[in-house]
Amino acid sequence: MTVPGRDRTTRGHIVGEHVIGRTVAKLLIPFIQLYGFYVIAHGELGPGGGFQGGVILGASIILYTLAFDIEAARKRLSQKVSDLLSSTGVLIYGGIGLLCIAAGGAYLEYGKLPLGDAAFASHLGIYGIEIGVGITVAAVMITIFFETARREDA
Amino acid sequence: MIDLLLLLFLVVCAVVVVQMKDLLSAVIMLGAYSLIMAVVWTRLNAVDVAFTEASVGAGITTMLLIAALSRTKRGEASNNTSDKRLKSSRHQVPALILVLITGAVLIYGTIDMPNFGDPNAPANLHVAPRYIEKSYKETGVVNFVTAVLASYRGYDTLGETTVIFTAGICVVLLLRKNDGASGRKSQR
Repeated sequence: MTVPGRDRTTRGHIVGEHVIGRTVAKLLIPFIQLYGFYVIAHGELGPGGGFQGGVILGASIILYTLAFDIEAARKRLSQKVSDLLSSTGVLIYGGIGLLCIAAGGAYLEYGKLPLGDAAFASHLGIYGIEIGVGITVAAVMITIFFETARREDA
Repeated sequence: MIDLLLLLFLVVCAVVVVQMKDLLSAVIMLGAYSLIMAVVWTRLNAVDVAFTEASVGAGITTMLLIAALSRTKRGEASNNTSDKRLKSSRHQVPALILVLITGAVLIYGTIDMPNFGDPNAPANLHVAPRYIEKSYKETGVVNFVTAVLASYRGYDTLGETTVIFTAGICVVLLLRKNDGASGRKSQR
């Protein structure tokens, strides 16, 4: 990742000298990620949900990429893992829908899941799909950022 | 009062974004626009929408646009022929008239709309009462915005997630180079 408008030959070294940026990023990222998980988990109690939480999680990795560099970020979260995660989320969502059919309901009819009474089963089903949405959104945002920001000449 | 101030600031931001020649500054201003929009949503008691606007509009969109800028030039191209042609007054006057007419029609359209928060507005009489009264009993979820998104409109959200996934696949197909399959740069 480079800062637009800087000299192309100094790419990769610009961010390397930013001690303050790196330290602040290191300090903040755990809290940002914790907040992301909180938003996903509390979508049914307050504002938020899988989509917003996923975006926050994705943003934390993007912050890491900006503070360090794309290679360092890829070491933490490899391409294979982020590709797998982006499809896993959709599969979780679709899979819960199929489980509902297997349990005798309609597609995505969470109340029919064999998890206690209908309202509780529905609650858990919604919880599950929120996690799925969060995983996909986070992974796709990271993927789009990595693929767009990567150097062409590398 | 504060609402008018926010809307005024919103318009100022939008005009600045369009006028700006430096694209990086324009992207940052767009982020500021989204953040003000998030405050407006909060003022309208639409906290879920405000949250999405703040995280997606002000946060991730800004980042992705900056990433896109890193692949191109920071300044807007100038001195090309289309730019000059746009600047000639021959096109400016009809454009202004067209914009004024469109604006007048839009404002005329809002006159017939019900007041904000009117309980008798058609939008509040259709499915909204059922969501408010029964969503907790039917879905077991306290926040009925989440109940609508995940349960009543579960197919929509599934489609939305699939769209995001598809966008990711498209970006990978268009921009990823085949030699980096293991995630590391190949030594060339």
